[in-house]
Amino acid sequence: MPGPIQSIQRAAEVLKLLAHGGAHQLSVGEIARALDLAKPTVHGILRTLHEVGFVEQEVEGGKYRLGAALFQIGTSYLDGNELRAKALNWSDTLAMRAREAVRIGVMHGKHVLVVHHVFRPDNSRQTLDTGALLPWNATALGKALVAFGEWPDGDLQRFTRHTLNPEQLADSMNEVRDRDWAYDLHELVEGEASVAAPIRDRRGVVVGAVGISGPVERLCDSPDQPPRLELVSYVREAARSVSRELGGLSW
Amino acid sequence: MAYIAAIDQGTTSSRCIVFDQSGGIVSVAQREHRQIFPRPGWVEHDATEIWTNVQAVVRDALSHASLSFSDIAAFGITNQRETTVVWDKATGEPVHNAIVWQDTRTDALIKQLGDQDRFRERSGLPLATYFSGPKLRWLLDNVDGLRARAERGEVLFGTMDTWLIWNLTGRHVTDVTNASRTMLMNLETLDWDPELVEAMDVPREMLPEIRSSSEVYGSYEGVPVASALGDQQAALFGQTCFEPGEGKCTYGTGAFLLINTGGKPVHSRNGLLTTVGYKIGDEPAAYALEGAVAVTGALVQWFRDKIGLISSAAEIETLARTVDDNGGAYFVPAFSGLFAPHWRSDARGVIAGLTGYISRGHLARAVLEASAWQTREVVDAMNADAVNAHSAADLTTLRVDGGMTANNLLMQFLSDVLDVPVVRPIVAETTCLGAAYAAGLAVGYWSTTDELKANWHKAAEWEPSMEPAARSRGYRKWKKAVERTVGWMDEDDD
Repeated sequence: MPGPIQSIQRAAEVLKLLAHGGAHQLSVGEIARALDLAKPTVHGILRTLHEVGFVEQEVEGGKYRLGAALFQIGTSYLDGNELRAKALNWSDTLAMRAREAVRIGVMHGKHVLVVHHVFRPDNSRQTLDTGALLPWNATALGKALVAFGEWPDGDLQRFTRHTLNPEQLADSMNEVRDRDWAYDLHELVEGEASVAAPIRDRRGVVVGAVGISGPVERLCDSPDQPPRLELVSYVREAARSVSRELGGLSW
Repeated sequence: MAYIAAIDQGTTSSRCIVFDQSGGIVSVAQREHRQIFPRPGWVEHDATEIWTNVQAVVRDALSHASLSFSDIAAFGITNQRETTVVWDKATGEPVHNAIVWQDTRTDALIKQLGDQDRFRERSGLPLATYFSGPKLRWLLDNVDGLRARAERGEVLFGTMDTWLIWNLTGRHVTDVTNASRTMLMNLETLDWDPELVEAMDVPREMLPEIRSSSEVYGSYEGVPVASALGDQQAALFGQTCFEPGEGKCTYGTGAFLLINTGGKPVHSRNGLLTTVGYKIGDEPAAYALEGAVAVTGALVQWFRDKIGLISSAAEIETLARTVDDNGGAYFVPAFSGLFAPHWRSDARGVIAGLTGYISRGHLARAVLEASAWQTREVVDAMNADAVNAHSAADLTTLRVDGGMTANNLLMQFLSDVLDVPVVRPIVAETTCLGAAYAAGLAVGYWSTTDELKANWHKAAEWEPSMEPAARSRGYRKWKKAVERTVGWMDEDDD
């Protein structure tokens, strides 16, 4: 069997980098620096990708972004705004049932990007944090996403004495895959917990995660116990409903 | 456990949403119907296709949640307003495609009927192509033999609520909110106004009986059909705006700002409509002032379907975020003329401020910003009327709902241009929720409006963050763009 083809690997790296940039656009120089490649190499890759419509430029000689052709064939690429629109009804219903704040996250480089946030339904003062980045290793959203995706590079930050070390985390990934839901207990903030479940598109690819978070005393029966199964079932039901929605019409 | 099923017969699709007692969504089903454009400015729907779709979405919504008709305590109905259908009483066959609210074919008829304010005192409405009465008159004048058949009592008129209730239950009724959009109902008596009916030259025999918004009209598959509300009034109800001064703005095909004005109709001096908000059974009606904007979400849809720069409505936010501002471009979507507060049926859309610099990202921004600036215009009118009439409270926050509230960029921009916080409730589908609430009240599923109010919770809030100078400069440019739309249509245009 022949070895991997280097130029395809590099092209894939370029596309991943642009995808993680979201709406942000990158220049040849920025891509070359980020991937530690020579500028002419990157330029050649981009020119080829441009010809097949996988990348595009706003203006001739300007910065690059993902192209329309890629959006059309993309398997795991899902527009975060699209995900929010499809998830709106189900995240609302989850917040009402669980009486907790709901967030929907997607992987964005090494972090979880919050693409949707529903306030805890108690009319208290809360601030919308759509667009915020969360650490993946200490949140239920992040664990649900990484368990079904790629383990991001880089060191894992420790937030509390309960934050899992890499070995514990790797073990917990198997559990998440078995159960199809994830939780965190005091791992990001002492006294806080979260539960999340993966959202899948029509091909079964995990494209996001939906979850709730709140104080341990509301989410768990006791401070050292996983969140209550009733709440878990609401979260999983919401994830299933959004997944069903993603297999449907585009409007 | 019993549920309430709301049927939302909308402009682009029909939906059925099943709610539980907390107002949470249990199940959703949706089917789009064809938009028929026979000529520029004409918009029609096939009423038979819509009835088929409604039956299908009810079936789908029940089966998605493994429910049967016996699990449903009541059906509620909400609908696209003003869309007009006439059908054969014996066969149930429509005599013509339904004429949709956006349709401007009655432009010439409107001009013949005279001064714009001629019927305002009685009906609360300015003479415009928007309302049902002129559309019905057009059918009577243009469908062969229809007037004679109407006078013999062989055909029936209805808005979509009436069409559905007739098919569901066999009764020929409408509710006060839908009737208030025909331009044939007297706002004070809440009955057909003999003078309006005569002026519009419509046979009285074909008009439905006007009932309240929340009562049992009949039953379908053994389930009571227990509410009917025009979609915007349903959203007002779903947002639990039961007190005078409370209001909301719903973003769908168009945008509609409604403020509850209590037990008396308030007449606007600033281009707003006076309409019925709702009427629960035998209780007195609640009235509302309305700022109706014809094209908001429809512009995004047009951008998707006719221009093709995006493949879904939500992608417009992604495209708009590729740039930092509109680049100086303003898009006034006067596709069906301008509604509130201008009421200019001779206006047509423009994109102003075009230069070689403008990219598709800027156009996407301009498309979204159009929804916000149009809201600003009706909010200004509402505040001006509040000062004049001491009726509606000055808006200090804007409650929003509808599918477009999923667009964060739009919601933030809306807060920026209004300079007030924008708040979304936990059920964005307030139109369906309102119909469900009204039906649930009629059958005792919910006992009081207070119980419904307790279900309202804030799900998101956007705070204004725009510099005042940028806001006023943007609004100035918007107004200049609006000036450029008016007077486009000429006498000899079709």
